[in-house]
Amino acid sequence: MSEASAHVVHHGPPTTFIRKHVFSLDHKVIGKQYYALALVAVFTGMVLSWIMRIHLVWPNAPIPLLGALSKAGAPGGIVTPEYYLSLMTMHGTLMVFFVLTNAPFAAFGNYFLPIQIGAEDMAFPRFNMMSFWTTFIAFCILVAAFFVPDGPPMAGWTSYAPLSAVGKDAGPGEGLGQTLWGLSIFVFCIASLLGALNFIATTLDLRTKGMTLARMPIVSWAWFITSCIALLAFAVLMPACLLLILDRVAGTSFFIPSGLNISDHLQPHQGGSPLLWQHLFWFFGHPEVYIAILPAIGIVSHILINSMRKPMLSHKAIIYCMMGIGFLSYMVWGHHMFLSGMNPFSALVFSFPTLMITIPATIMTLIWLGSLYGSNLRINAASLFSLGFISMFVSGGVSGFFLAQPSIDIYLHATYFVVGHFHMVMGVAAIFGVFAGTYFWFPKMTGRMMNERLGRLHFWLTFIGTYCIFMPFHYLGLAGNVRRYSAFTDDFLVPLIPIHKFITYAALFTGAAQLIFIFNLIYSHAKGAIAPANPWEATSLEWSTPSSPPPFDNFGGVHPVVYHDPYQYGVESSTGDYLMQASPERAGETP
Amino acid sequence: MGGKLFAVIVIVIALASAVPIISHTFLGASVRPPEDISTHGSDIDKQLDETMIEAGLSFLAAQLVLGFFVWRFGGRKNGPLKNFPGGAKYLVIAAVLFVGTEAIALGALGTKAWGKVFFQPASADALPIQVQAGQFAFYFRYAGPDGKFGVIHPEKIDEGNSNFFGLDPENDVAARDDIQSGEFVIPVNKEIHLMMHAKDVGHSFYVRELRIQQDFVPGLDLSLHFTATKVGKYEIVCTQLCGLGHYNMRGYLNVMSQEDFDKWLKSQSNS
Repeated sequence: MSEASAHVVHHGPPTTFIRKHVFSLDHKVIGKQYYALALVAVFTGMVLSWIMRIHLVWPNAPIPLLGALSKAGAPGGIVTPEYYLSLMTMHGTLMVFFVLTNAPFAAFGNYFLPIQIGAEDMAFPRFNMMSFWTTFIAFCILVAAFFVPDGPPMAGWTSYAPLSAVGKDAGPGEGLGQTLWGLSIFVFCIASLLGALNFIATTLDLRTKGMTLARMPIVSWAWFITSCIALLAFAVLMPACLLLILDRVAGTSFFIPSGLNISDHLQPHQGGSPLLWQHLFWFFGHPEVYIAILPAIGIVSHILINSMRKPMLSHKAIIYCMMGIGFLSYMVWGHHMFLSGMNPFSALVFSFPTLMITIPATIMTLIWLGSLYGSNLRINAASLFSLGFISMFVSGGVSGFFLAQPSIDIYLHATYFVVGHFHMVMGVAAIFGVFAGTYFWFPKMTGRMMNERLGRLHFWLTFIGTYCIFMPFHYLGLAGNVRRYSAFTDDFLVPLIPIHKFITYAALFTGAAQLIFIFNLIYSHAKGAIAPANPWEATSLEWSTPSSPPPFDNFGGVHPVVYHDPYQYGVESSTGDYLMQASPERAGETP
Repeated sequence: MGGKLFAVIVIVIALASAVPIISHTFLGASVRPPEDISTHGSDIDKQLDETMIEAGLSFLAAQLVLGFFVWRFGGRKNGPLKNFPGGAKYLVIAAVLFVGTEAIALGALGTKAWGKVFFQPASADALPIQVQAGQFAFYFRYAGPDGKFGVIHPEKIDEGNSNFFGLDPENDVAARDDIQSGEFVIPVNKEIHLMMHAKDVGHSFYVRELRIQQDFVPGLDLSLHFTATKVGKYEIVCTQLCGLGHYNMRGYLNVMSQEDFDKWLKSQSNS
């Protein structure tokens, strides 16, 4: 493998406040901006889920302030059925796009990919700034949908046509709100494509001397593979959103067939196909799951190796598994559509690669578990969240085994079993990766340590709490509890309400526990103990910068030279049990 | 200390999670599929049970090993570093063989259950019934004595006058004896050929006891076939988000003896 030289990208240090903190070209500032945006989005999304959970079990209890926020959606603070669907749609859209795509990939990737490969910045700093601000515009457009007269969109984060395509006739929320949803995601796709291109160019072109591809940390590999997936996935969703917008505003019929009678109006459309939207959406939608989880897999592997003080059993196997998952992710979208009315034979074609994806996932899990054996595992907030990630990844993974089979899907499709599955494997697991990354990299990003006791307390409460929320979802699914219902009036759903109450209590409790994290973040930022240069005794290049946080050009005008594989732990050296990648000590002796 | 606590919590969570699966109840509610009332459903249930055993054992094994290793090695300082016996190679081989075999076996077995519902066409003597899904109700149509369904005219749909399907009995002879109903009444032990279409947006037809679920796709005529084996009344619910009344979109499946069904049909055509 050839190595590229680190050069290019010379922008001087910013001088004005605006160039330093707002329209900054510095990948580190942009990474933090993505993180801040994700924090705002995740708390908004969480509050929305609280409102939904409260409404489900106490449908007549007024929710304070909500009535003032939306007079039509929640008169007197009581959520209407259509407003429930809007909350659900906004919750899913915020979480999938603005949290799970932004935090593990765009935020941490922006901050640490260039540093880990020894570059001064991203390959295209102006594109990078544009990516963030375009994402911010997409976020503003989506939030604006909350405040339009006929209500926020309510077609779900998947926005199936024709419900999402025919306009106001389909019901409240299907007017301007739904158009804004399409526009927001369209803009988000542009931002993500710019970001993905930037990540790919940076990885391929800006590696410093000695940083061969094989010497890149696993997490840099994860960001690189994720950006390759994102490039193809968002490139399909973007035109799909454009077609949806055209159906809504320009009278086209890409997703709307003829002869639809909606709200007593014969629709003036013909020739379109609702299944086309589903195919385009899920061709993006399934790879999106891996866009959320692969960076978390990378972060957790990176942190665990450091905590175990020894390399994983095989780094290559983990990287190949991530590539395999990325490749297979494009062949499985139809498993979301087993019962959609597509040819039933194709269900088997989509089922097989879906079941096969279990193989790389199992290999990674076994390597994590096998690597723990015989290690000197350090327990701290970062490693606890990494271990918690493994537990969640397994729990969310095994339930995928049910849903991958079309015959079982006949019973479990569109039930809470599915909701439990994807929340655990892509929601909670990916967020655990973000928490682990935060506790691990905070000292580098701010120069201060996070409070360890609060970090552990946050972990215990969150770990137990998320299991209490999402494990019972599976039981509800087995009982046939249908998802996306704003009330449980069906005879067979009424006996299940005690389980929903349990889940609501758990959700309120676990959500409240996140305040510990926010407090820790703010408090440690201002008053945390000053971080030593390399608090975790880690090896990769982010710990070789001259200061924490690193200067604007990362290495203070010096191009680091890399002499070792990324994870030289359990070796004898002058620093202790590890060798930093940029340390010339024992150069030539290690791979 | 932290390592041991983590180990205990993971193991407790894993074991506690399995209890409702084994006992089939959680907080006093039954959390298993209801009794199957179809001829094809036992294959699906068998597939679900087998997957539950394999996935459940994998889940328990992985969580217990995670807990055990963190108990054993968490917080250990300066111990001799060891590698898992055999290293990555055997773990990779084990994963490929174990999961690969499991996946192929389950995939192959499941094909039979899926095929019974979706590969075999309805038999020639199955009773044809049409269902139309619209915001937010299901309507059913029986062909009447002539055995023919009248043509649907979407522009003539008029729920106020109970013309749910948009029929044109004045000009369409076949439509005159069609029976429209809000309730899905079928005879027991008789194969039903259900012809599905949506009038407005996407919906779905789900009857838990029948082990049947199928989306309605506007613009597509889809069909299902099944045989109900037990007399009784069951809920039909919509499982595809269709708008504000989605949670309330339901109908009833009423399975009757052939005799009662004939009587019901007769009473409907007289009214």
